[in-house]
Amino acid sequence: MDSVFAIAGTVMTVHLPAEIDHHTSDRLCAEADRLIERKHIRCIIFDFARTTFMDSSGIGMLIGRYKRMRFMGGTVLAANVGERIRRMLELSGIGRIMDIYEGMPS
Amino acid sequence: MQQNEMKLEFDSRSCNESFARVAVAAFMTQLNPTLEEAADVKTAVSEAVTNAILHAYRNSLPDTVDKIWITCRIRDDLLEVEVRDSGCGIADVRRAMEPFFTTEEENDHSGMGFAFMEAFMDTLQVESAPGGGTCVRMTRRIGRETEAPDAPLPKDDVETRGQRTDEWNRPLR
Repeated sequence: MDSVFAIAGTVMTVHLPAEIDHHTSDRLCAEADRLIERKHIRCIIFDFARTTFMDSSGIGMLIGRYKRMRFMGGTVLAANVGERIRRMLELSGIGRIMDIYEGMPS
Repeated sequence: MQQNEMKLEFDSRSCNESFARVAVAAFMTQLNPTLEEAADVKTAVSEAVTNAILHAYRNSLPDTVDKIWITCRIRDDLLEVEVRDSGCGIADVRRAMEPFFTTEEENDHSGMGFAFMEAFMDTLQVESAPGGGTCVRMTRRIGRETEAPDAPLPKDDVETRGQRTDEWNRPLR
């Protein structure tokens, strides 16, 4: 799972897998939380470039990390968000609290 | 009338979430769904199966194997999916279906499961009783996205359709 997480300073990019459900997101969340603490992460970029399927477990994953980062004064972004994922983020209200990018933020 | 049915029984394990949604998507290919329609149904099935695994059987003993049942029916262009468990049931179904309602906020649950099922399917019915399991029934009409029902069809198209329908209605010899 190492290639999923890329860390540069206090910025962590999470290259999400093709399918995000409760089975895959549980392990991702645990590993992300461990790195956030150990590497003093202040910004998380969730990269959806590879993602072709997501259910509400993915929404839970984003909300959980958002709360954690906000508590520490950090930020969470969603990048490479296609039309389908965007619709889910908007349905769940995440679009109002998190910056969403069609490409990769510079 | 086009009619078909399939049934699945599988263990309540999280690795079966992807199996279940892919199996339903494979069954519905005979309706020629768009990628979007197939993705919508997969999302809804994933939500229902995840609920059964996470909530219905949460009180099960560690070594017990619980089962989840899926029945899919096709009637013409209508897909019906039923996801059933024999778990703890839901005391207040109306409340459980409210968006953002979750019993496990601390475990990163979004409370969007039923909301997504509703958003991505045409109809959603939930039958449940404490101790009596839960049955989620969803339907989705497939093929509407490729048609524009309000637009008049070109004359040639109407004739082609007419012929095809006649042929389908012809009694089998």
